[in-house]
Amino acid sequence: MDAGKISAIAVDRLVKLYKGVVAVDGISFRLAPGSITGLLGGNGAGKTTTIAMLMGLVTPTSGTVTVLGAQMPKERYRVLRRMNFESPYVDMPTRLTVRQNLSVFAQLYGVADIDARIAQLASDLDLGEFIGRPNGKLSAGQKTRVSLAKALLNKPDVLLLDEPTASLDPDTADWVRSRLEDYRRDNHATILLASHNMNEIERLCERVIIMKRGRIVDDDAPAQLLSRYGRQTLEDVFLDVARGRGLREAAQ
Amino acid sequence: MIASDVGVNFSAKRVSAMVRRYWYLLRSSWPRILDLIYWPTVQMLMWGFLQVYVAQNAGFFAKAAGVFIGSVLLWDILFRGQLGFSISFLEEMYAHNLPNIMMSPLRPVEFISALMIMSVIRLSIGMIPVSLLAIAFFGFNLWAMGIALAAFFANLLLTSWSVGIFVAGLLLRNGLGAESMAWTIMFLFLPLTCVYYPVAVLPHWLQYVAWSLPPTYVFEGMRALLIDHVFRADLMAEALAFNVVLFAAASYAFLKLLESAREQGTLLQTGE
Repeated sequence: MDAGKISAIAVDRLVKLYKGVVAVDGISFRLAPGSITGLLGGNGAGKTTTIAMLMGLVTPTSGTVTVLGAQMPKERYRVLRRMNFESPYVDMPTRLTVRQNLSVFAQLYGVADIDARIAQLASDLDLGEFIGRPNGKLSAGQKTRVSLAKALLNKPDVLLLDEPTASLDPDTADWVRSRLEDYRRDNHATILLASHNMNEIERLCERVIIMKRGRIVDDDAPAQLLSRYGRQTLEDVFLDVARGRGLREAAQ
Repeated sequence: MIASDVGVNFSAKRVSAMVRRYWYLLRSSWPRILDLIYWPTVQMLMWGFLQVYVAQNAGFFAKAAGVFIGSVLLWDILFRGQLGFSISFLEEMYAHNLPNIMMSPLRPVEFISALMIMSVIRLSIGMIPVSLLAIAFFGFNLWAMGIALAAFFANLLLTSWSVGIFVAGLLLRNGLGAESMAWTIMFLFLPLTCVYYPVAVLPHWLQYVAWSLPPTYVFEGMRALLIDHVFRADLMAEALAFNVVLFAAASYAFLKLLESAREQGTLLQTGE
């Protein structure tokens, strides 16, 4: 059976070269529907490029990406309505109010009852006090909540998150993680989360894919990784991988 | 070229969402609205007073009343049409919002349609008051051109959209490094399309270049109307034919540049 048909996301021997420089080097993985997976790796590991190829923003040099049964980027318009993403590095128009921004994106995603959906998200994500304020006048934490609301507007089956809690204080970050857990539980959504934050990965993810220099160097459940590397925290596992210490050496 | 970029599933709702987005932005900022009116007014006044002075001292210009003002108003339709298109596009890059747009279900053809509509809205905000000021200051009534004005307007707008579409492709492919093109590319048309003088003034070889550009036909048509009081429908038909070719070429270039942007990963990196 075609793996792309039973997986929410199927990546097969994916390669991306930028002018001869390898950004992603032949990676393969499959994400089951309803799963939440962390994509871990240092700067330049290829996480963002991988997510961009999943979204259809970047064309692979070779290999295939299948999301919800559609090959990306060729068939992306079949599934973009069922996907969404959030990243603190992508802003929304600063002069538009939160409500205006959400309403524009809701219309782009074909949300049926826009006012009701925005009211629901405003309640779930606690946007009420600043929903009439321009996006540019919000704090970092408020902006993240608005970005998350935008990402959840269309109740996506696949949610891609690129460091969703970067630059947030621990309390707000924890609050955002709780909302993501709630969303996945209630909607059986598939979430792929790229992050540098080990606590976040450890708390949210049932599976961790570790990338280094464009390749997948490990792929397992957090507990299994800790056990195999003989470490107490994912941060130590990450450092072992980043500094090139092998499994045996790390365990010693 | 990715087939889905040129797909036929056009959604007017998504286009209207984008128009709303730009309209919210425009109305939220009075300097943005003032800017639409300010420069066309300055230009119209400057050329209008120059025309008054020259007309008082030269018989030909006395006969050709309004040629300078007509030229400057039609030039502004061409220039502001492209600028209105390109600035709306640039707003997405300034806001770092382009990845949100590009991974939404909005198709390139819908995005372009929204930018065209915004170009007309911005142009109207700027040009309607200026055309009324031209009547008040110089008695020059652009609207009295009637059907000719509609033909001039349609042809100039088509050219401005073609240039805007091409510039949008350059911006997608090269990021804000190509921003200056958005502001200056149309000035290449200023000498070549003979806005303020007849094509016959150009060297013979350059006339071929001029006649390959649709606005040249419009400006020649305007002079025929104001000086000889003749509406040259043949010139408008030729302009339209060249515009169809230019628009198709610009659309093709846009799709190729978008494809290249996807290959180079520049849709994510919209900075310098």
